[in-house]
Amino acid sequence: MSLLEVADVSLSFGGIRAIDGVSFSVEPGEVFTIVGPNGAGKSSLFNLVSRFYQPADGSMHFDGHDLLACQPHEVIGLGIARTFQNIELFDHATVLDNLLIGRHSRRRTRWFEDVLFLPRVRREERAHRRQVEEVIDFLELAAYRDRMIQGLPYGVRKVVEIAQALVSQPRLLLLDEPAAGLSVEETENMAWWIEDMQKDLGLTIVMVEHDMGLVSQVSDRVLAIAEGRPLAEGTPAEIQAHPEVVRAWLGGVDKA
Amino acid sequence: MDTIQLLISGIANGCIYGLIALGFVLIYKASESVNFAQGDMMILGAFLAIALINANQADLPFLLGLAIAGASLGLFAYLLDALLLRRVFGQPQLTMVVLTIALGFVLRFVIGAIWGHDPVGLETPIAGQRLSAGGLTIPVIDAVIIATTVVLVAVLWLFFARTRLGLAMQASSQNQMAAYYMGIPVKRVVSLVWAMSGVVAAIAGVLFAAKGAVEPSAGLVFGIKAFAAAVIGGLGSLPGALAGGLLIGIMEPFAARHLPSHVAQVSPYALMLLVLILRPSGLFAQVRQKKV
Repeated sequence: MSLLEVADVSLSFGGIRAIDGVSFSVEPGEVFTIVGPNGAGKSSLFNLVSRFYQPADGSMHFDGHDLLACQPHEVIGLGIARTFQNIELFDHATVLDNLLIGRHSRRRTRWFEDVLFLPRVRREERAHRRQVEEVIDFLELAAYRDRMIQGLPYGVRKVVEIAQALVSQPRLLLLDEPAAGLSVEETENMAWWIEDMQKDLGLTIVMVEHDMGLVSQVSDRVLAIAEGRPLAEGTPAEIQAHPEVVRAWLGGVDKA
Repeated sequence: MDTIQLLISGIANGCIYGLIALGFVLIYKASESVNFAQGDMMILGAFLAIALINANQADLPFLLGLAIAGASLGLFAYLLDALLLRRVFGQPQLTMVVLTIALGFVLRFVIGAIWGHDPVGLETPIAGQRLSAGGLTIPVIDAVIIATTVVLVAVLWLFFARTRLGLAMQASSQNQMAAYYMGIPVKRVVSLVWAMSGVVAAIAGVLFAAKGAVEPSAGLVFGIKAFAAAVIGGLGSLPGALAGGLLIGIMEPFAARHLPSHVAQVSPYALMLLVLILRPSGLFAQVRQKKV
């Protein structure tokens, strides 16, 4: 069974149809990428899955759970974590604190236990910190561990955001333009990390990305959309050669 | 000796200012706006406690009355946010400012309509008692006010630093979007912050009414003075709020003694102006320049 099943979803902003009948399903363990020209509705599709937007039609299921029955803050509890195109972190806190708050959805202790710092709290806290340190090692963030987010280079913040998503131990990771704004070298590192997360952590990844080099390198399957409608789905090579996709990207080539 | 006496009385007053300023800061951090009804919520708490505790009213045991007054104010503030203020969420800050100013007027009117406009005090088991030590005479209530504030601030600190909900509140105030996707129900958390500030307002009101007398319109002046305290401390800083409150509280009795009365009355605001000119983001704010 597919891990994520999105069926025939639509979304309107006022009179504009941002998403118009898009369906796709993501299999466990694969990297599934959504591509499309600017304004095609890629991020909107993401925001639908993470419940930031309410679709006008259609259904979405994650591992048998009806996503439409979830509030935005409940999505992470199901095992879906996400990153943002423009990086959403707690800027006035350290990398470590950002990752610790990333464990919020896994904390089970009650407030009076927390205040008294009971043995159970200490045990849990140790487990949280161990998990956080594993992710810091995995993404090689040790050098930035105690630095404030505010002063960090853009590329590092991008990785911290992925780390923050990882500490919640998700099964599905949504990456919104992981390479946007990164240098060539940083983009190469990003590709390795995506491959590592898929192979070593067994994560399923859905990503929105412009950089076709990165897309081809890491994606198992690609869905191309334009103007809110699906154009084509297939392997990266198939998509790049698809005539509809070429037309949507380069615009009106056939008329020339 | 006189100086120490004035100092202690100033600290006690300052604690009450500080608690109200704390309420301002809590709301500012959670809603990015100012609750100008904070002072009136405090007076509401005071009158509720008086209605529950005083012998010629409901005559409940002191601590039971206190607990009910605190819980009612907390519930009131929670519902205020959940039912009313959440609807203007995302509107310009001014919307909530105007809304809370209006709320303050309504509260003052309602309090006056129910309990009248005469000053009343809260009857306490410690009324009129004094502690004497080494030539100093301190009203017991002043000691109680200071002790209560210390305990309350310690509890709040533990709550914010250690508990899951406290950390969630901090996270929500820094980045709501990120907080949502960490699994934090941001709207409910904001309402809970309002509830907390309601309880703090009630405690401040009870301390205030136990020290002297309250009347319905006292919340306006008191609230504005406490707002000045919050601004002096830096609107986003909890320790700053307390420090600002203490500063104003300590300054007042000295100004009243040594300066002409019309000058003494504006001294808190003069201090606020001075701070705004010299250190615009407040004494305790971590000042950062936005990088472009």
